Amino acid sequence: MALLDTTGRALLDADVPARRRGLRAGQALSLARSLVPELETRPGTPEEDARGLRRLADWVYRHYAPLVAPDPPDGLLVDTTGADHLHGGELAMLQALRDRLAGASVAARMALADTPGAAHALARYGGDPCTRVAPGDHRGALAPLPLAALRLDPDQVDRLETLGFERIGDLLDQPRAPLARRFGPQLLQRLDEALGDRYEPLTPLRPAGVLEVEQVFAEPIAAAETIARFLGDLARDLCRKLERQGQGVRRLDLICRRVDRQDQAVMVRLARPSRAPDRLADLLCDRIETIDPGFGIETLVLRAARAEALQPAQRLNELGAAQAADPVDLVDRLTNRIGATRLYRQAPVESDVPERSVRRVDPLAAPDGTDWPARWPRPVRLLRRPEPIDALALLPDYPPAAFVWRGSRHRVVAADGPERIHGEWWKRDAETRAVRDYFRVEDDSGGRYWIFRSSDSVDGASGTHRWFLQGFFG
Amino acid sequence: MSGTSTIARLRAEIRHLEPGQRCSGAVLPFEVPALDAQLPGGGLALGALHEVLGGERGPPDEAAATLFTAGIAARTRGPVLWCLRQPDLFAPALAQAGLAPERVIHVEAPDEAALLNCLEEGLRHGGLGAVVGEVPKLSMKASRRLQLAAEGRDTLALALHRTPRPSGAAGQGPPSAATTRWRIAACPSVPLPVPGVGRARWRVELLRVRGGTGTELTLEACDATGRLDLPAGLADGSGAEGRRELAS
Repeated sequence: MALLDTTGRALLDADVPARRRGLRAGQALSLARSLVPELETRPGTPEEDARGLRRLADWVYRHYAPLVAPDPPDGLLVDTTGADHLHGGELAMLQALRDRLAGASVAARMALADTPGAAHALARYGGDPCTRVAPGDHRGALAPLPLAALRLDPDQVDRLETLGFERIGDLLDQPRAPLARRFGPQLLQRLDEALGDRYEPLTPLRPAGVLEVEQVFAEPIAAAETIARFLGDLARDLCRKLERQGQGVRRLDLICRRVDRQDQAVMVRLARPSRAPDRLADLLCDRIETIDPGFGIETLVLRAARAEALQPAQRLNELGAAQAADPVDLVDRLTNRIGATRLYRQAPVESDVPERSVRRVDPLAAPDGTDWPARWPRPVRLLRRPEPIDALALLPDYPPAAFVWRGSRHRVVAADGPERIHGEWWKRDAETRAVRDYFRVEDDSGGRYWIFRSSDSVDGASGTHRWFLQGFFG
Repeated sequence: MSGTSTIARLRAEIRHLEPGQRCSGAVLPFEVPALDAQLPGGGLALGALHEVLGGERGPPDEAAATLFTAGIAARTRGPVLWCLRQPDLFAPALAQAGLAPERVIHVEAPDEAALLNCLEEGLRHGGLGAVVGEVPKLSMKASRRLQLAAEGRDTLALALHRTPRPSGAAGQGPPSAATTRWRIAACPSVPLPVPGVGRARWRVELLRVRGGTGTELTLEACDATGRLDLPAGLADGSGAEGRRELAS
């Protein structure tokens, strides 16, 4: 299938099966029909596509990063600097984005590289639909790509190909002056943008309907102390605006416009809505070190990217009573340093299988009142994966007299057990008849271990009869 | 008489001058007389750094040191920040040592520098009961920073070492600015008249304490509220046989 442009005589775009048979955007319809006689066509809707792209950009902005620029007709450029650590790193962020887009049935190819040009090329012409290029490696990653990846005019690509240049790598080692004389300045500009030798400014989306305050400097600023001072002022202005609207901020973006037109962004998230200027300024100042002021910052923009209703609340202040410690400040501070996924509380899950009896919850989540059963002692350190041990034990349910773990032999002098744990057949079919018999054993030197046999010793279908070590008691 | 009071006055003055002792003087007692008597003030000083090492046998001793730390944290008031690198801590066991899951905020630090950073941040917050850091090693500089961050607040700083064994003079580990240093090793439990494992026992060594002498004794592991106990046979006043003075 293919979409037609407004004239109805050329292709706007083609779907994957059609492309595989040689159709391309910009081809004349007559040529396309000769290649694929049974081609189905529909009128294209470029305006609606642009609106859809803008909606997608808005969504990425809200969930992922403060600097998002639509790259028409079909791309988005996202500056992830200052935002990726909140999503658990660059690769984790890419994967999360891909999964969420796939969930919304948007087929996306994405690449993360040092420059917008390189990311553009790798996302469209790279082999892997989800690529991350390590900092500094983009030169090597670009070399095998075709010239079309450089965002050149199609005629220019044709002229280069006539001369035998097929891949970007072929151009990299050529002397620059003859190239510029022959093909004009655009070729070198695109090449430099992709390689990072020339800066390519993004025009990031400016979201509608969010509060922001701005400070323009007559003289560019660069020192951390100066930035901190103006951040305090901006935070106060923003909080005044928020208060008028009865709102508190959940996500705060700081955008530093540098003199060389490059934007540097800092994104700060809060666990609960707030409009306390000192707190906001504190959280932002904590991240100043991540800003590269370059030759100086012209404009600081502070934007309440996500705000929620926050009504003034009256605090109960009992004289003399100790105020309950509220770790929300600390949680915000640490979250913005190391990312939200690294900060958690553990909460009970009703499962007898030890690996499944704990889940991670938000560090500020209210306790739900459940608790682990306290009938059996539990080890304080749990191996991520049970390790096989060599042990011999009397059937049906005696603990082993000795076991060998990591090459050393432990003589068992006392044991508690067995504690029989059945597989959870409602989770996986393989666990329908699985059984683990757990023992808490103490060896002759006083070490206490948690070991289990993966069967009930009678029914062969309940496990392999092998022994494993899973944890350590104090 | 006047001589001893002069000495006491001088001691107080020196304590005031020492960098590690600018704290409020509040302590968290173990409620084990033999242990509290060795600690200046009669317990673990709040607003100070304490180090806990596992014994020489690796994982089982490390687990004992972890529970010892959890027991101390459980007896403080307020939330506990537990910073670690590898998430192999099993929360049900912490709950069984008296440290309820809703009190503990776990931080999985990406690297050692970030871990120390988080510890410091937690100490400076001031509203926490204890801050626990599982560190592979603690340099003099890092321990000094932690000690300074802890001072003046009622938060306990606990550094739990996770190296197989410390190297240094006479097995005492490298020097550090910590107020106390402990080494915990799992010991055989009391034999029961029936098959089974009795209440766990630990060899608790107070390797170093600022302004006091070290000690070494066998104690029963923490109970459901994080308290240690003297073994039953020693509780009736004959504690001296389980204890041996150490040169410090």
